[in-house]
Amino acid sequence: MEKWGFWHGFSMKKKIKKWIRKDSAAAWLFLAPSGVGFALFYLIPFAMGMIYSFMDSAVDGQFVGLDNYRELLASDSFRKASSNTFYFSVVSVPLILALSLGLAMLLNKNIYLRKWLRTTYVLPLVVPVASIILIWQMLFDWNGSLNAWLSGFGFERVDWMKTDAARNVIIVVYLWKNIGYNVILFLAGLQQIPKDYYETAQIEGAGRLRQFGSITIVYLTSTMFFVVIMSIINSFKVFRETYLIAGDYPHDSIYMMQHYMNNMFTSLDIQKLTAAATLMVGCILLIVMGLFALERRHRKYME
Amino acid sequence: MLVAKVLKKSVLTVVMVIIAVLLLFPIVITFTNSLMTEQEIGINYGPIGQMNKAAAGRENPFVNLKLLPDQVTLEQYGKVLVGSPRYLMMFWNSVFMVVPIIAGQTLVAALAAYAFSKLQFRGREHLFLVYVLTMPMPFQVTLVPNYIMADKLGLLNSSNAIILPGIFAAFGVFMLRQFMLDIPYAYIEAAKMDGAGHSRIFYKIIIPMIKPGLAALVILLFVDYWNMVEQPLIFLDDPFKQPLSVYLSSINGELGIAFAASMLYMAPMVLLFLYAETYFIEGIQLSGIKG
Repeated sequence: MEKWGFWHGFSMKKKIKKWIRKDSAAAWLFLAPSGVGFALFYLIPFAMGMIYSFMDSAVDGQFVGLDNYRELLASDSFRKASSNTFYFSVVSVPLILALSLGLAMLLNKNIYLRKWLRTTYVLPLVVPVASIILIWQMLFDWNGSLNAWLSGFGFERVDWMKTDAARNVIIVVYLWKNIGYNVILFLAGLQQIPKDYYETAQIEGAGRLRQFGSITIVYLTSTMFFVVIMSIINSFKVFRETYLIAGDYPHDSIYMMQHYMNNMFTSLDIQKLTAAATLMVGCILLIVMGLFALERRHRKYME
Repeated sequence: MLVAKVLKKSVLTVVMVIIAVLLLFPIVITFTNSLMTEQEIGINYGPIGQMNKAAAGRENPFVNLKLLPDQVTLEQYGKVLVGSPRYLMMFWNSVFMVVPIIAGQTLVAALAAYAFSKLQFRGREHLFLVYVLTMPMPFQVTLVPNYIMADKLGLLNSSNAIILPGIFAAFGVFMLRQFMLDIPYAYIEAAKMDGAGHSRIFYKIIIPMIKPGLAALVILLFVDYWNMVEQPLIFLDDPFKQPLSVYLSSINGELGIAFAASMLYMAPMVLLFLYAETYFIEGIQLSGIKG
């Protein structure tokens, strides 16, 4: 019996080894369709874009070093676009984090209509961009409802889309659309925290704020990283709304990097476009890699 | 004590309901206004965009945002659906772009995600990182090289210029990998013992176990690509090939039918969402927990 067992074990081991050796061959097979397409439509274009940014022309260009970048950084519209994009992300991402975490915590409490409420919060996510533009116009036009209410209360009207106020309008649209997505992510994170942590803390006399700081936030950190990355991704997508409502050249305060790049494309200024794209890729990479590094440290700390 | 508890619960609920109503407001307005007659819409929303012509002579220069129509009619819907062929044509344009992207990306991504989550090979983590890093990049970043690539492959002014990059986007791989990581290795081990090959394991074990992930991915992709704006504007010159997302912004002048068109455009997504909501939410949540 034992002998048989040994043999059985041996042959199994051989089988597994064979399997593992076969693993990497199989892996490449499974990866192949995705890999080829990904290289063709993402990796190679990224690399090409980067190379173009150092050339004076996309066709038979000469290597010109950093000339394109110098020109780019001297351009006012690029500066405007990059500072607007930066401003928008810096304001809207923390704002949506705070609001959606707050909502998720309320939703996690014992309240009525929980499921129904959750559905409503997510619904804006599936409402198409173009459908919302109408309402946007009705609310924020010079003669729109918002101004009607304002003047009803005796305030001056604001030209929402043609002054710096446009920034806030876009932030509102971004929040409206994406808050539900973050709420359900946070909700999942909150539900993973064992309830007795809070009970213990309460018995030991920790206040609400203390509990929030040392239990909720700590255990939500990895969810938080994911939410931050998704929020940044989604913050770039607000461009669609902005573009459909205000076109190629919106008010200065909402002229984003994507507007800039689109316009450089239309005016065939490939050098500036690729240089701007490369800089933007660099910035996003720095942010995302920074977040990953932070998360790894946090994970180690938790272990 | 009990009363206080119920009171607290009610107050909280009321606050949350108010927020929900605010969030729902644009959707509800679009719906009710889609049932108005053209005249009523004209009267209510005439002042839009008339900043300088000074709605001076008018009594009420403001838009009149009305929740309930004076007279309920399906006239607008009739005009959009039957009155002109444009809506339906662009609707099918959208469908013929979005469906191949969803089907393609789900399949391709599931295969790749299996390799990234359950198979060992050299450079696995690094390659995956490269995939993930392309996710936050806005479309414009690869505008020029993509355009040149599409030109070289002969895809310009064809919906394939939009479909192919859509199929190979990294998001699906990322999301489905998250789900596959949750499947215990023991299941796969057991199947291997029974002599199952990778394709059998993939088809018989992995796919059935990641159904919520697949559902969430399908909905998220649908939302994303049904809304495409930049790609069609750049890659498709021909106005007859444009999808619905571009159409709506082009009917700005005809406010009368805009609400009905919006509703018709929104409907497939909202219905799909309500139908698959549990899967969708479960899907999003699971993708986030692992980070």
